[in-house]
Amino acid sequence: MKTTYREALREAIRDAMNRDDRVFLMGEDVGSYGGCYAVSLGLLEDFGPERIRDTPLSESAFVGAGIGAALNGMRPIVEIMTVNFSLLALDQILNNAATLLHMSGGQFPVPLVIRMTTGAGRQLAAQHSHSLEGWYAHIPGLRVLAPATLEDARGMLWPALCDPDPVLIFEHNALYNLSGELADDAGPVDITRAAVRRPGKDVTLITYGGSLAKALAAADDLAADGIDAEVIDLRTLRPLDADTFLESVRRTHRAVVVDEGWRSGSLSAEIAARIAEEALYDLDAPVRRVCSAEVPIPYAQHLEEAALPQPASIAAAASEVVRGG
Amino acid sequence: MKEHLDLLREMLRIRRFEERCAELYSSAQIRGFLHLYVGEEAVAAGVMSELDPQDAVVSTYRDHGHALARGVPMDAVMAEMFGKETGCSRGRGGSMHLFDATHRFFGGNAIVGGGLPVAAGLALAHVMRGEPRVVACFFGEGAAAEGEFHEVLNLAALWRLPVLFCCENNQYAMGTAFAKEHAAGDLALRASSYGLAAWSVDGMDVLAVKESARRATESIRAGGGPCLLELRTYRFRAHSMYDPERYRDKAEVAQWRDLDPIDRLVELIRPEFTDDELGALESEVSVEIDHAVATAETADFEPVTDLTRFVTSEVSP
Repeated sequence: MKTTYREALREAIRDAMNRDDRVFLMGEDVGSYGGCYAVSLGLLEDFGPERIRDTPLSESAFVGAGIGAALNGMRPIVEIMTVNFSLLALDQILNNAATLLHMSGGQFPVPLVIRMTTGAGRQLAAQHSHSLEGWYAHIPGLRVLAPATLEDARGMLWPALCDPDPVLIFEHNALYNLSGELADDAGPVDITRAAVRRPGKDVTLITYGGSLAKALAAADDLAADGIDAEVIDLRTLRPLDADTFLESVRRTHRAVVVDEGWRSGSLSAEIAARIAEEALYDLDAPVRRVCSAEVPIPYAQHLEEAALPQPASIAAAASEVVRGG
Repeated sequence: MKEHLDLLREMLRIRRFEERCAELYSSAQIRGFLHLYVGEEAVAAGVMSELDPQDAVVSTYRDHGHALARGVPMDAVMAEMFGKETGCSRGRGGSMHLFDATHRFFGGNAIVGGGLPVAAGLALAHVMRGEPRVVACFFGEGAAAEGEFHEVLNLAALWRLPVLFCCENNQYAMGTAFAKEHAAGDLALRASSYGLAAWSVDGMDVLAVKESARRATESIRAGGGPCLLELRTYRFRAHSMYDPERYRDKAEVAQWRDLDPIDRLVELIRPEFTDDELGALESEVSVEIDHAVATAETADFEPVTDLTRFVTSEVSP
């Protein structure tokens, strides 16, 4: 069937709500408004205000309430409008959700799912556009997912809800209108492994989320230029499935990491370090990174575009590691 | 009389347990931060006496009294202070992070205000399942300056969540006096402005605490929405074992010590309650503490090979 990323996310919520009475959705404007990005549009009518809960603008309170409800037998899905707003709930996410199981000696798992929008590309400027999923991927106790395809938008939520521990799902805002074919019986997917989205033999492009389509576009351009790029979608940012990208790098001997986060102290840095630790002698060229410029993401379109990884910059980096600078 | 004796026993257990902890700290058997509750026992003893086993409790980093009064076994609490595997958090939490699922004790939270959102969520689950439970959420007056206090009081009142907010106003946020931290002095008034029932209680009078907790929990169980009690109390000892107490004068401490909740209750129940009976009660408590210390000393530490256990659950998704 023809669908969109947004609709696939909505179907995933609907499916989870139907499967399990303990599941409910809460967040700012998820009900009457239909969700800031219209993901939950129509769910209030189907499930009622007890299970599709509009909250006050109190990120710390409602994320923490999700933690408490999860501790007490429910399976909440908490929606945060954007990753920048999640910083108002960072105390709850780090100090409680990610920590309670360990600090209680294994007594209190937190089966909570938090969904939030991430990323730039819609001229929303510096307080609605950042890619901070790498920060969250730093934290032991969390699972961090980044669906980049319709299948993953549809399929990651249910296994996330089945995970006894907190799971963060990052939905890139440029993907909500992504449309395409999704199998009628599409359902839960594996949330532990990275995926090879395009096989290739000359260089490995390692990316996730909103940058996947850009890396695939770059791979097409590279193909026209005689370079056969493999594209890996990390899918799970924590725990990282390093085996999949290390296996690829050992075959292609070259790696470019594409990450919309900032370069310094980032997820891309972690991946480059893993490659250096595990596969240095398999490399024929230094690892390259294509990241966002280290600026708060600007409003003006030309500046925003210049700040982000783009197919051309990805292809240039790949070309350089294959052919030399 | 039995009720009075139960309250007295609970306060004595907490007082003597903590006095022993202070000694063990001096002899380096307990490390880390140690925040004593001495002086504030009436609050824990009074509130907990009105809770049912199926209710839930959220606590702070000053949590020994809450845990003991809730029924967390003293052996497990003391073992936790020693960092032992038999501790109520397997030695991973320590003094500030006592947990016990069996007693629905959802932990000492050492982020000031950090437990309030969790309490709201625990209560939300009760509401969604139609269970007439109360969540008792303890925090200090320092938390009333945190954003989470305001967010959660609004949310709890808006959704009529069955939470008993217990604000232990011991007059100091660590070393900052109440008047230096709050422009408006009346915390109950502040709470009631969010649309919930709130009143102040003499937190040095265990019977007054108990009576207020009874009224509040009855109202909450009947669907009346959350309540907040401002329990006016005082910690007799330093904030933690590192605190030189430069911020308050000895005369003030002495004044509050005259209101010692244990002495007050003992005075109240004399002459029926004799010195012999008090001595017997003290001995009973002392035996329990001796046992807790002895078992904690001989218990094993968790093997280092278990270091990374419980970061994630031990079942696959």
